[in-house]
Amino acid sequence: MDQLLQHGLNALMLGGTYALLGIGLTLIFGIMRVVNFTHGELYAFGAYMMYMLVMLTGANFFVALVLAVALGVALGAAIEFVLLRKLRGADIDTTMLVMIGAWIALQNAEQLAWSGVAKSIDNPFPTAPLVIGAVSVAWNRVFVFAVALVLIAATYALINHTRLGKAMRATFQDRDTAALMGIQIGTIHTATFALGSGLAAAAGALLGPVFVAYPTMGDLAAEKAFAVVILGGLGNIAGATVGGFILALVEELGAGYISSGYRDAMGFLLIIVILAFRPTGLFAQKERIG
Amino acid sequence: MKGALTVLWLAFLVSIPLWMTNQYILHILIVTGIFIVAAMSLNLLLGYTGQLSLGHVAFFGIGAYASALVSLGFSVQLAPGVTLALAPNPVWCGMLAAIVVSGAFGWFIGRISFKVRGAYFVIVSISFAEVVRLVAVNWVELTQGPMALNNIPPLTLWLPGVGEHAFWKKPANYWLILGVAVVSYVLIRRLVHSRAGRAMIALRENEPLATSVGIDVTRYLVLTTVCSAAMAGAAGALYAHYVRIVDPDVFLFIYTVTMVIMVITGGKGTLAGPIVGGLIFGLLPETLRAAAIPPEAQWIVYGVLMILILYFLPAGIVPAVRQGWQRRRRDPAASPAGP
Amino acid sequence: MTSAAASQGALLSVEGLSIHFGGLVAVDRATFEVREGEVLSLIGPNGAGKTTAFNAITGYLAPSAGEIRFRGTRLNGLKPNQVAELGLVRTFQKTSVFGGRSVLENVLIGLHLRSKQRPLAILLGLPSVAREERTLEAEARRILEFVGLSARALETGGALPYGEQRLLEIAVALAARPQLLLLDEPVSGMNPVETESFMAKLAEIRALGVTVLLVEHDMKMVMGVSDRIVCLNQGRIIASGTPAEIRRDPEVIRAYLGERYARAHG
Repeated sequence: MDQLLQHGLNALMLGGTYALLGIGLTLIFGIMRVVNFTHGELYAFGAYMMYMLVMLTGANFFVALVLAVALGVALGAAIEFVLLRKLRGADIDTTMLVMIGAWIALQNAEQLAWSGVAKSIDNPFPTAPLVIGAVSVAWNRVFVFAVALVLIAATYALINHTRLGKAMRATFQDRDTAALMGIQIGTIHTATFALGSGLAAAAGALLGPVFVAYPTMGDLAAEKAFAVVILGGLGNIAGATVGGFILALVEELGAGYISSGYRDAMGFLLIIVILAFRPTGLFAQKERIG
Repeated sequence: MKGALTVLWLAFLVSIPLWMTNQYILHILIVTGIFIVAAMSLNLLLGYTGQLSLGHVAFFGIGAYASALVSLGFSVQLAPGVTLALAPNPVWCGMLAAIVVSGAFGWFIGRISFKVRGAYFVIVSISFAEVVRLVAVNWVELTQGPMALNNIPPLTLWLPGVGEHAFWKKPANYWLILGVAVVSYVLIRRLVHSRAGRAMIALRENEPLATSVGIDVTRYLVLTTVCSAAMAGAAGALYAHYVRIVDPDVFLFIYTVTMVIMVITGGKGTLAGPIVGGLIFGLLPETLRAAAIPPEAQWIVYGVLMILILYFLPAGIVPAVRQGWQRRRRDPAASPAGP
Repeated sequence: MTSAAASQGALLSVEGLSIHFGGLVAVDRATFEVREGEVLSLIGPNGAGKTTAFNAITGYLAPSAGEIRFRGTRLNGLKPNQVAELGLVRTFQKTSVFGGRSVLENVLIGLHLRSKQRPLAILLGLPSVAREERTLEAEARRILEFVGLSARALETGGALPYGEQRLLEIAVALAARPQLLLLDEPVSGMNPVETESFMAKLAEIRALGVTVLLVEHDMKMVMGVSDRIVCLNQGRIIASGTPAEIRRDPEVIRAYLGERYARAHG
């Protein structure tokens, strides 16, 4: 029983970041219909920015966190502006492949800049864990959980209670009508991509100090992001939030009760199983009748 | 004219091991050849049927492991008291097994691809490849995990006039792969220029219209995936018996990306595309390496190159060259509709 | 003409066809039949449910209720390609060709069902395959000749002018050798000259023994080619009969021209 509780707590701590990754991707995937292969790289970017700011320039941890996220937002906007703008009308293959090209270039640039050796990032939290009865949790993970919740709430507020958010929702529902209503689709796309990338960078900036930063860390993150999107349904933020925690729980239980080597496989298996039975995702809204 | 050119080109290719003494270059050509076969098989899916399958390396790797395991023999315990064992078999058995097993997985993916469309299928195909990779890493009893299957025997064939010949040396392997590549090309060409090929293209171009004239979507998606997977499996088997060591890294997504780059830049949906793309991206690493550029920088170059080609030559190099050639001939009867 | 057609029996029978999209009723208990050898036109204002009915008959949509039978065989639940195999071929409201392929290739694709090549024979490169390819190409050229597109054989389908693309559509559909051809607004967007030319072509298609079910808005064409007409409004059949009967039917007039006109002209 205690073991189960511990697994549950671990999942809770991690689920928030999975939710961040998933929300970011579901927005990009949903509003822009782009299979964003650079999403994982933004996650790695966030972690590496933390490394650079905290370890190489000695910045304050919390300031570095804010900066890392901001830089992630900027990088996302830049990618959209430079690469995706010109592909507005192109078919999904071309866009997807351009994203793959960008992913390769970004990942190898990161590897070139910081070498393949894993980098650890200091954090200002006490190393002794917080003990609650029979379970325990590290302080840095509690921090991660808290910040993730704040960011999720902020994103939710942005999407549902601001003009920009309303424009994004309109574009998701029906791009052509939204354009006819005067919404600048180009701006929405840049904002969406920047926001999604920022959330991925935030996840990386939060988890980098908990684990380590290494060049291919983005790949697994991307896969988990896709699993969360499929769990929660395209464009569904609440679904992605729940999906993030579900994925974390499935991974924890799988690693704990089956085999730790298959932890990362859980996400992939979930994807295959869900799509095999419900080809449009678990909580997907009905697509428009074409 | 065209036939004579092909014969000359083939004669040239066949002759290479006779005068190329640099074993390293021969090695590069062999590996490139294997990748070209894999790229041609991916082209069938990606180019002709329009299926966004990004898990292709799974079929390649499954073929490699299947052939290696069948030729080495294995023994695994599936459940307490239930053991599955196979004694070592001749390599050609292994290769056959590779084709069959990969083809079977292809059938499975083909059936899924009918239900799961577009971007979702991309994700499923990638996930499938990753699951297979993780199984290869973790099911150590069967695959030796990261410690790899080694001492894989080379292909042994009975050749007229030579007797039993074991393919240890590079020239023999080169000719073997050249042979397989030629056979693959011919098979694909026949498929594409037939009723089946037209059905595949029709599904890609306009699925509702295709079904309205009687084309069965599931049937052709499955047919294509099976052929494509079987061919990739064959390439994987060739790889296993040439390199003679197979580890889970053979399932890395980066190899799918390499194949995709080859097909896309060469020209998807054309017969020559994967060959051109394969030659470029098989040989490019070597030229870059000669210039002492670190591997990461190489990949950045590929990434950028791919993006540039997607922007400026979205159909790929072969169609662009063909169009330029036709414009130069200024032949009014020449149709812009490609194969 | 009518009595001759009636004695031949129904080729296609649609009974109680209903199609609901959530709360929206697109087609409401429609019952009609198409008799062998006739041209039946489905008319009605936009949104009346005509194309939806087409989609249900040919397997692109699952009906909510009702029976659809073709020569007695139940069509409900069949996939579009299975429906085509039975002999029903449809065209689409929005021009639908294989845009990136040549005109000849378009028709060759249409000949899919007429070809018997098996995958194994294809891979082995058996001479029967090459022989059949030649036969198919000859047949494709014959069909192009029939619709008048021979000169365009090697041009890209998507590059043809609008009127010729519509002819190509017909050619592709005919290649599948339909017994019943379902045409969805075949002359929409055509000028009067092209429409006249199409009406003549339709007569030639009839002469080949093909039964035609037509959805059209162009009244001149409908009145000119149809043996019988069925009028739909808001998913329900409001009238059916000969062109002369339909022209005078008050329900039809009301549906098209509104209540005031109907009252004004009694």
